[in-house]
Amino acid sequence: MNVEFSDISFENRRRTPQELTEIATEIRRDIMKMLVLAKSGHSGGPLGSSDIFAALYMGGVMRHHKNDPHWEGRDRFVLSAGHMCPVQYATMANAGFFPKQELSTLRKYNTRLQGHPGRDMGLPGIETSSGSLGQGISIAVGMAMSDKLLDKSDRRVFSLTGDGELQEGSVWEAAMSAAHFGLDNFCWIIDNNDCQIDGRIREVMNVYPIDKKCEAFGFETIVIDGHNFDEIMGAFDKFIENNKNGIGKPTAIVAKTYMGRGVSFMEDNFKWHGNPPNEQQAEQALGELA
Amino acid sequence: MEEYTLLGSKPTRHGFGEALVVLGERNENVVVLGGDITGSVMTSLFKEKFPERFFSIGIAEQNATTIAAGLALSGKVPFFASYGAFCALRNADQIRISCCYNEANVKIGGGHAGISVGPDGATHQVLEEVAYLRTLPHMTMLVPCDYLEAKKATIAMGEMVGPAYIRFGRSPVPLYTTDATPFEIGKAHVLREGNDVALIACGALVWECLLAAQELAKKGIQARVINNPSIKPFDVETTVTAARECGAIVTAEEHQVHGGLGGAVAEVIAKNAPVPIEFVGVKDSFGGSGDPDELMIKFGLTWKEIYASALKAIERRDKGSVGFRRVKDVERYIG
Repeated sequence: MNVEFSDISFENRRRTPQELTEIATEIRRDIMKMLVLAKSGHSGGPLGSSDIFAALYMGGVMRHHKNDPHWEGRDRFVLSAGHMCPVQYATMANAGFFPKQELSTLRKYNTRLQGHPGRDMGLPGIETSSGSLGQGISIAVGMAMSDKLLDKSDRRVFSLTGDGELQEGSVWEAAMSAAHFGLDNFCWIIDNNDCQIDGRIREVMNVYPIDKKCEAFGFETIVIDGHNFDEIMGAFDKFIENNKNGIGKPTAIVAKTYMGRGVSFMEDNFKWHGNPPNEQQAEQALGELA
Repeated sequence: MEEYTLLGSKPTRHGFGEALVVLGERNENVVVLGGDITGSVMTSLFKEKFPERFFSIGIAEQNATTIAAGLALSGKVPFFASYGAFCALRNADQIRISCCYNEANVKIGGGHAGISVGPDGATHQVLEEVAYLRTLPHMTMLVPCDYLEAKKATIAMGEMVGPAYIRFGRSPVPLYTTDATPFEIGKAHVLREGNDVALIACGALVWECLLAAQELAKKGIQARVINNPSIKPFDVETTVTAARECGAIVTAEEHQVHGGLGGAVAEVIAKNAPVPIEFVGVKDSFGGSGDPDELMIKFGLTWKEIYASALKAIERRDKGSVGFRRVKDVERYIG
């Protein structure tokens, strides 16, 4: 199968839902290309969260400079669900952090696009290694503490966890501390696709009700359709407003998503949590993601 | 060679706590995370002096370790301290991934190390963490021998870049190093010269080695006593030189005999200068309640075991059970 990556990239600015939909489709196409080349990796979560990533990196939500990834004033994103990194890599490439052609190296020997993010490989925009679930959110809390409590800066920190990841007890240690320290500069995104490798969340280990747990832990909690850009942007706007108003509470966005979104045979099917498409499946997926 | 005499008795945790205040004065990026037992591990000293740079995380060691990584990735120099059982092993994966794989500049102080914790018993007497931590890439692992060395080591780890761990204890231990005693990360140093057997130790057992050396001298055996506070990076040269010049080694530590300082010495010796080696430490068992002194006797962590082990190592060497001989023996044979 001949796989080519385009050389387009997108500026980070306020965009219409239609524009964001087009960007998210490009991200999904790249994810399918990366995974068919890698012959291993996670399809479901990355496709399911592509809309959120498009908004974060190219919809003007996060402040970043693609040519100066260590810019002091940047907002930071920590992918706590490290296995979902194909969507972060594809998003960052589309945002211009590195050439899209490099996406073809996912999971390959000596790649900067490790199977789970490795900070040691020096991929621009990767703030931290992750992949052992439940840790990224604590790192993000530490970053938000540094920004708000020590540096008194207006930087913001975003972290995305999966919903299966909520089964890790340390996630709730992190949540407890984010509220304890009044981190209104911290935005916790929960990708609630209701699937994990072994099946439905409530069958493997029930974590519901997620929104009520977040509220009880002291978060300003917003439940959204994670594929509706009006709702996605509305939630991020609310977080930024909360931060500017100094409400003294962190924000949790519970994004209801479908694993494998955009590819008919993958959608809402936990069998696609940790598998790549074969060539035929990739052709079909790319056909659907036109 | 400096003579080491007993200057007093003080817990190593005091050195740790006092050093944090020194570091806090020198570097405004130094911050400290508390895990509820701040008085016990002496982070309370920093909390009193720099309340705006102290954060209480509660009884949540996994979170504290990972928050520390986030602070470190933001340019801070975070110290987190608790009991070693909880801040080296309960949070083992957080240290591995968030601190070491990230090469995050996180500093961890692990108190209540060894059985000298005393009455609290086995759950709180960590005896395994040296074995774990020294296998982690990028980690620096220090085990100071007395109060003053704990203070120097803490300052040194606060001024280096990279993840680091320091092990310290609860109970008072002999104080005998001085401001003049050298300390450098990556270096072991010879406290007493001798060429008949090398006694290599860390932590509270270094003093016991000095006592054992005194007793051995009464039998005409001159023991070289080496304090090895830097488990990682490890001083290969001093260890190999001791093996070549003494031909017999005893290691001593308040830790399992498996995988700790003894394991590190054995790895180096096996590769570079195989000589007989005997291990003094806790022999594959958990600790228990009691007074520190009686526990040290019960678990065989006094000069007497070091003394007996030295005689055994010398005997093995002289029986030629291992092919490697001291340089002077070889020269005598050739001569």
